[in-house]
Amino acid sequence: MKKFKFISYFTFAIAGILTTALVGCEREFSEDITLATFPTIPEVFTDTPVNLTDEFFISFDPADGANVYGFDTDNDAYKGTQAIKIDVPAPNDPNGGFIGGIFLDRGEGRNLTEYTALTFWAKGSTTASVGLFGFGTDFISDKYAVSLNETTLSTAWIKYIIPIPDPSKLAQEKGMFIFSAGTESTGDLGYSIWIDEIRFEKLNTFAQVRTSILGGVDATRQVYSGRLVIDGVQQTVNLGDGSDVTINIAPGYLKFHSSDPTVVQIDAQGEITVIAAGSATITASFNGVEAEGSLTIESKGEFIPAPIPTQDAANVISIFSDEYTNVNIDFYNGYWQPYQTTTSSDFEVSGDNVLSYENFNFVGHQFSNPTVNASAMTHLHMDVLIPSMLPPNARLIITIKDFGANNADGGGDDRTQRITLTTSQLKGNEWASIDIPLTLSQRQRVGQFIFENGGSAVTKFYMDNVYFYKQ
Amino acid sequence: MADQLLLNFTWITCISINNKQKKDNMNFKNRTQTNRFQLFSLLGAIVVLSVLFTSCDIDETQVVTNFTTITMQDEFHTAGAPNSDIWSLEIGNGIDGWGNKELQYYTDRTENVVVVDSMLKITAVKEDYEGSPYTSARLITKGKFEQKYGRFEARIKLPWGQGIWPAFWLLGSNFDTVSWPQCGEIDIMEFKGQEPTIISGSLHGPGYSAASSITKSFELTNNRFDTGFHIFGIEWGEDYINYYVDDVLYNQITPEDADGQWVFDQPFFIILNLAVGGGYVGAPNNFTVFPQEMLVDYVRVYAAQ
Repeated sequence: MKKFKFISYFTFAIAGILTTALVGCEREFSEDITLATFPTIPEVFTDTPVNLTDEFFISFDPADGANVYGFDTDNDAYKGTQAIKIDVPAPNDPNGGFIGGIFLDRGEGRNLTEYTALTFWAKGSTTASVGLFGFGTDFISDKYAVSLNETTLSTAWIKYIIPIPDPSKLAQEKGMFIFSAGTESTGDLGYSIWIDEIRFEKLNTFAQVRTSILGGVDATRQVYSGRLVIDGVQQTVNLGDGSDVTINIAPGYLKFHSSDPTVVQIDAQGEITVIAAGSATITASFNGVEAEGSLTIESKGEFIPAPIPTQDAANVISIFSDEYTNVNIDFYNGYWQPYQTTTSSDFEVSGDNVLSYENFNFVGHQFSNPTVNASAMTHLHMDVLIPSMLPPNARLIITIKDFGANNADGGGDDRTQRITLTTSQLKGNEWASIDIPLTLSQRQRVGQFIFENGGSAVTKFYMDNVYFYKQ
Repeated sequence: MADQLLLNFTWITCISINNKQKKDNMNFKNRTQTNRFQLFSLLGAIVVLSVLFTSCDIDETQVVTNFTTITMQDEFHTAGAPNSDIWSLEIGNGIDGWGNKELQYYTDRTENVVVVDSMLKITAVKEDYEGSPYTSARLITKGKFEQKYGRFEARIKLPWGQGIWPAFWLLGSNFDTVSWPQCGEIDIMEFKGQEPTIISGSLHGPGYSAASSITKSFELTNNRFDTGFHIFGIEWGEDYINYYVDDVLYNQITPEDADGQWVFDQPFFIILNLAVGGGYVGAPNNFTVFPQEMLVDYVRVYAAQ
């Protein structure tokens, strides 16, 4: 979910009028004054938004499909005179297929260090599951964001409690409340949500925090030098009624540790920098207690990208490259069952996308909508890297297939050109640039490449810059 | 009873002032005892006076039962196995899971029971042991310390989670001859791990046992029992048992409440245990965290002067 700043058209009617009327009364603080701390006001919404400087819900970006017309208030309130009413749109709503946004403290932010939880009351017109409720999201840094995901509403008012993992972090927080809702749980039927009495509270009834990263598993990732962010950071907390609640929390609440900072470093916000080849394990702790789960990074060091293509784009038909515009592609790995074992683990390093094949026996690229007319082209180029020592029997067999007059795979009119690359063309641990002269006389409707290892020990390779060109 | 207890609350402030003045003139062995003394005399006063008075003026002619003489005290200052002069460890899984279909096997191993850091630590462990899926421990004072009447209290930090059942309770010393429930049972504190803010105090006797025992729950306000230590106690005299948590008296049971013979006029012994599963709490589930610890800071028993 992207979080672009967008002010919705919705305002709270009464509050809006008051705001306008009071503008003239605003006074600046004298320059002599020193504020000891930021305001500690607990209320976010009672009958109107409380002390949010202005009265807007900031919606998710309509460009991403967020609907800004579903925000309203209603006098069906849990307490007092008004509650927030949200109309969750169906996915095909022309005004946007989901709804969500934040209440932002548009002042300097609040000091929430004395509270332990965000609480609110909510109900639904049906027992829908709401994607996200939370706080700490300000659409700027989201440094200490916390969310409760997939909350199933009742049609009666229920109080929801979202614990603050570490209140000491919220000395100046602007993200007062966030929600996001779609119709995944209602079979695409729209519904309404009422939300009331949103406030921060000091509750001592929840405890027994269990923290995990990577969803609690010991994960291993093979990467090149670069950056990635720790994910799956969660806390499960036991509430006063004995039930457990699991929240997703920003990595910033945790302390991270790298077993080898010369290989992998991690900062306070959970951003990982892989700086050298080697292996290191990231672990985390919360209030001195080790979190469940870890991330072992096996770094291959600096990734050296394939040589940048130099052919003039006018003379190129590109199948896969970041340098040229690619033709329409059906797939880079069709996973042809039952005999194919090849899996894809394509990756991106500094904006350079690379195809990566593992458990390789054979794999295909297809571009049949439409097929490629390569009649004017003279060569097929590709860069191949086998990320290991080159096996003595290394082979990569490439088949270029033209679909023939029926413009479809099969039918007896297909023609192929088959090229076998061996140790003389392939390289271990570095890119080999392959240029294949096209000998296929029928090549107006090329629709497929097939790559095979010919029974050799080449079981893993990377591929980049696959294109036809005219010399 | 509700009205009476309301009265008690208004009384606490007044009486504690009186006791504070009294305390200043007395010498005590140590500070904790001083504090406890202050509390128990306060509660003693409440028992007798609560119904009779509506102002803060204490009638000096009233007889106040103060349980002020320490008769048993374990502060758990000596690391290692529990003091065998006071405690015996019951081993095994009892008959029918100690009569409650409890799931644990009690041992005397350090893994399950040990005195460390001035605390008695009873640990429930999830492990296959002698055919049981969990292990834990149960300490009794039977034959070593038994007393009729008095103030029995312990300061405990409780464990938590579905199916966890710690208790601090008393059984009649004639248990072996007359059997249960004729012997009587005073449950000073029972706790269901899945209800972390609530404890119960109960009384079982002939005609009012198990599901028909006399029981009352006490819920903490904006707090829970597994995050800190709390004091659980009774004041037991002739024809009454008062239940309290920390400085709050929450129930009084008298023979009038008992639908059968009042059997609480003979010596009882103490039990501290941490059960897993059983009819009272239900079995643990996948979310129950193990091991679970019950930490006991002290057990103290007082008799009347």
